[in-house]
Amino acid sequence: MTSEVEDPDRRDFLVIAGNAFVAVGAAVTLWPFVAQMNPDAGAQALASVEIDLSPVKEGQAITAMWRGKPIFIRNRTPEEIKEAEAVAIADLPDQSARNDLLPETTPALDANRVKDGKVNWLILIGICTHLGCIPKGQAMGDSRGDFGGWFCPCHGSHYDTSGRIRKGPAPRNLEVPPYAFVSDTKIKIG
Amino acid sequence: MDHTSNYEPKSSFAKWWDDRLPVMRLMQGQLIDFPTPRNLNYLWTFGGILTFCLAAQIMTGVVLAMHYQPSAAEAFNSVEAIRRDVNYGWMIRNFHAVGASMFFIAVYIHIFRGLYYGSYKAPREVLWIIGVLIFLVMMATAFMGYALPWGQMSFWGVTVITNLFSSLNEIISGVGTAVVQWLWGGYSVSGTTLNRFFSLHYLLPFVLAGLVILHIWALHVSGQNNPTGLDIKTKADAVPMYPYAIAKDAVGLFAFLLLFAWFVFFLPDYLGHADNYVEANPLVTPPHIVPEWYFLPFYAILRAIPSKLGGVIAMFASIVVLVFVPWLDTSRVRSAKYRPLYKWFFWLLVIACLGLGYLGAKPPEGAYVIWSRIFTFYYFAHFLLVMPILGLIETPKPLPKSISASVLPSGGGGAPQGAAAAPETR
Repeated sequence: MTSEVEDPDRRDFLVIAGNAFVAVGAAVTLWPFVAQMNPDAGAQALASVEIDLSPVKEGQAITAMWRGKPIFIRNRTPEEIKEAEAVAIADLPDQSARNDLLPETTPALDANRVKDGKVNWLILIGICTHLGCIPKGQAMGDSRGDFGGWFCPCHGSHYDTSGRIRKGPAPRNLEVPPYAFVSDTKIKIG
Repeated sequence: MDHTSNYEPKSSFAKWWDDRLPVMRLMQGQLIDFPTPRNLNYLWTFGGILTFCLAAQIMTGVVLAMHYQPSAAEAFNSVEAIRRDVNYGWMIRNFHAVGASMFFIAVYIHIFRGLYYGSYKAPREVLWIIGVLIFLVMMATAFMGYALPWGQMSFWGVTVITNLFSSLNEIISGVGTAVVQWLWGGYSVSGTTLNRFFSLHYLLPFVLAGLVILHIWALHVSGQNNPTGLDIKTKADAVPMYPYAIAKDAVGLFAFLLLFAWFVFFLPDYLGHADNYVEANPLVTPPHIVPEWYFLPFYAILRAIPSKLGGVIAMFASIVVLVFVPWLDTSRVRSAKYRPLYKWFFWLLVIACLGLGYLGAKPPEGAYVIWSRIFTFYYFAHFLLVMPILGLIETPKPLPKSISASVLPSGGGGAPQGAAAAPETR
């Protein structure tokens, strides 16, 4: 071991530059093999869907499809709305509204998960935030869990009448997709 | 391990060949002359059985791939066609599907054998870790294979397990979603996902074969462990692999094949789930998603933790912890045969694993959850608390002088008597 530090010479520069070139080249070559697995443009260019809500009577629910995912649409009864509005934020495991059109810090009040003046319409992505099962509660006679919303049979997550997680392993509230009312009884998702 | 090949080329061609590629010399040294402890019991036949299982899965799998169509529209029907139309397709398909279960039965016995007799302890740490890797790759292969029939359990099993990665969102927001969409190739599990799983399901068994070669290589460097846990010290402790160990392996393999064939021909669907004969439907979740039986203990651990990220971490940790077993066990004695206390804790671990397997198939509610938590706690406590502490406080029973002293009435030192090693006596 010598304490003397050699000055970097031309060879050191060539070695470092050469190795850097190889590393960058390897990464650039590898990238297409990683990126090929991502959703392609065809999968990304997903048309938005329009859904007519007029046939859905109070207390009824329908399931639509958007981006290959089920969309829960429920025409809530006044009792269900009242129940959803009465919940204190502090009682919620996930206190974010999870509304794709609102910032993530928006509190999970029922009002932040529906549209003004259309509070009876609850529109959600029907995928349990735990491990992606489809919760029960859409069909007549389904178990709606302890909070009257949805119940995921896979691992026992209970959602309330605003689609918020109340009990069980799911970490987040059911997500509200980006949608808008294009007429009084028609919505456009996406 | 001190051993050499006794290979002697018998013809001038063999001599010519041996000078250029000494593969026969290697084979004779590793598979015929290789010294094996004379006291191996039938639990040591599972290495050979597992090699057979891998070969059988590759053979039947290659044939199935000739008839299978990896597309969302055709996959389910093509599997049904294999069962009904393809000549002998029913038998080959049953061998492959039942074979997966048999592979796991054998691997679990093999792992617990290693845990009981301390086969992971120095100098076999690398051998053991390669084994853990083999187990992981096996699980990935089996998981992707189960997706291929594209039934309801295939589809929802893939959905649940790939969604495990979305828990990464709890560490860095958005990363989990990106990883899951990358795995799926879309915004939900689809035919794209099926196609890539098929490709990887064909690839991974060959990765396994490579790992198995490394596993056997490491085994042949350190030599086999044995029921006493003692090293081979003299020639009298060992017998050549052929015919002794090979013959014993053959007996074990045929007994195993009896069970294998019983399932293939009489109960081919017993180990599967009826829901997988319903074609995949992305809009209907089966009321009760359960993985194949061999994943149930891990599934129970996943569900025992009341937090998504926590459950996922615990599940992966339950396998990762095995990597550290060689250093977690502080005992100087390998075999549990001479560890009066550890022996009991070993059986507690077996009970915890069987219990988790039972609970993994039950709905996640009430007492089932409580018991899952108790067993999960013990599973981790066994490795992280019992193994390090017990090794320090336990007084082992006196060890026999040598392997031969433990099995020969004369007390060892003599020449091998008869063909088979004396059976182990407790």
